[in-house]
Amino acid sequence: MTGLLEVAGLAKSFGGVAALADVHFRVPGGVVYAVIGPNGAGKTTLFNTLCGFYAPDEGSVHFQGERLTGLAPHVVAARGISRTFQNLQVFFNMTVLENVMVGCHLRSRTGLAAAALRLPSVRREERQVREWAWEALAFCGLDHLHDRPASALPYGVLKRVEVARALASRPKLLLMDEPAAGLNDTETGEMRGLIRRICDSGVAVLLVEHNMELVMQVSDRVLVLEYGSVLAEGTPAQIQSDRRVIDAYLGGKVQYAVD
Amino acid sequence: MSRSPHAAPTAQGGPTLRRGGTGSRLTGLLLLAAVVVALPLLFPKNYFVTVVGVAVGFHAILAVALNLLIGYAGQISLGHAAFFGLGAYTSAILTTRYDWSPLLAMLAGLAGVLVVASLISRPILRLKGHYLAMATLGFGIIVHIVMVQAVVLTGGPDGLSGVPGLSLLGWGLKTDLHWYWVVAGVVLAVVWLSLNIVDSRTGRALRAVHGSEFAAEMMGIDTTRTKAQVFVLSALISAFAGSLFAHQQGFVSPDSFSFFVSIELVTMVVLGGMASTYGAVFGAVALTLLKAGLVVFHDYEMVILGAILMIVMIFLPQGLFVGLARGLRLALPRRRERPATSGDRIA
Repeated sequence: MTGLLEVAGLAKSFGGVAALADVHFRVPGGVVYAVIGPNGAGKTTLFNTLCGFYAPDEGSVHFQGERLTGLAPHVVAARGISRTFQNLQVFFNMTVLENVMVGCHLRSRTGLAAAALRLPSVRREERQVREWAWEALAFCGLDHLHDRPASALPYGVLKRVEVARALASRPKLLLMDEPAAGLNDTETGEMRGLIRRICDSGVAVLLVEHNMELVMQVSDRVLVLEYGSVLAEGTPAQIQSDRRVIDAYLGGKVQYAVD
Repeated sequence: MSRSPHAAPTAQGGPTLRRGGTGSRLTGLLLLAAVVVALPLLFPKNYFVTVVGVAVGFHAILAVALNLLIGYAGQISLGHAAFFGLGAYTSAILTTRYDWSPLLAMLAGLAGVLVVASLISRPILRLKGHYLAMATLGFGIIVHIVMVQAVVLTGGPDGLSGVPGLSLLGWGLKTDLHWYWVVAGVVLAVVWLSLNIVDSRTGRALRAVHGSEFAAEMMGIDTTRTKAQVFVLSALISAFAGSLFAHQQGFVSPDSFSFFVSIELVTMVVLGGMASTYGAVFGAVALTLLKAGLVVFHDYEMVILGAILMIVMIFLPQGLFVGLARGLRLALPRRRERPATSGDRIA
């Protein structure tokens, strides 16, 4: 079976430091697929490369059988990949609803000229976009906050605003970069439920996360990166009992000597 | 105005944007139109209405155009007077030296600026922050130098006089009041266009670019293209204003399009309040009237103007219009926020 996302031989280095080296993995459709590893293992570099923010030095990324390598981020997004960010990238100059409406950009067509003249087709599309945004908000349990300026909301809520915004583009694969970072236990629980519901709705999730409890509970498969290379791959149970992973990351006698 | 508090989110798509929905948006425009129409009817002979009013109108057009770029897309331009000037000079040169009809000359000006703005937009908008400011500043200065130096074409520092007036459908625009109506009409049209754009897919894309270019790209927005588009649109509106200006004045000279004019336009946008179309209009009105009023202080005009600007920026950093509007909203009983939590249960 071919995966939804296939990554082969991916390599990226910055000034001689290899952030990614020969990374292979395959994300099947309909799963939550987690990428874990110590800080500096290359997880965020991997995300940025998948999205087209970095061009890989070597290797390829295929999504639904089509090559993504070398495409600009907005083109990658148009192919059906969306993401959330480790450091919030919320549009703080907009309301929650408007943030999510931006997420509908790819599903709507109106150009500058039609918008300027407010043609009837524009009004129709605006109504439609608003509805889509409401659906995404409701899905993430944010509809009661729709008219709040994003700048006035707490961190935990903004994390979910990013998820709603990404979902509004109706992706086939959602990349989530540390969705639970900075969340308290209640919020983390909510986020876990949300990730599961996203997956159940047919959107595959590629997850980078440091909260191991969350990762092990929510993921179908786990990839472990260390120093930019794949250390192990398997089901949460396999990963948890993998000697190398325990030594390198999950906590055994070895601790990070540097950093 | 009678927007129900999103009782049924999916049916209506719920209520709306920051400053209200379609209803309240057009209310503002109608209010502005009412003021613009009432002034000359009440004071048909008043200098401040017919003469300063026209200047205010030109500034308002330019400020609204610039606000799309600076306020919404977050891209600074310190050279917008250049586009204003290119429109004006194209009209002036083609009508006085080559006997073109004013309308054709105006179209040529728009076409010329379309080409120039398109050519420079992509490389220039790759820059950010201070670097973008410097690049646009440089562009403005280059255009100004050409106006001064290309004497054969532009008349040099003395400018070009004898630019013919405009006539629309056989109606010659002869008096100040005629011009007032034309410019007022253009102001209202440009405000309408701006409001429409801001509250649309493109407008949200612009604001997204301002908010986070990173995230905007990931939402499928071609940020390079979006920025270039609004830059060109803003330049075109400015060029159109320039053509009108040349015909209205009957005379063009480099002074009207210098670096200082670009700075004044930015000041208007900031003074009114960034990312607010009405704010830009307000800023244009305030600064133009202020300058006209301060003329009585002769040499101290700029000192007083500078002091006022500093005071505004210290106490109302979000701008006069936006700041005052927010203050007013806070002072009024808070009706808007409540239903957000209770509305669902009641309905």
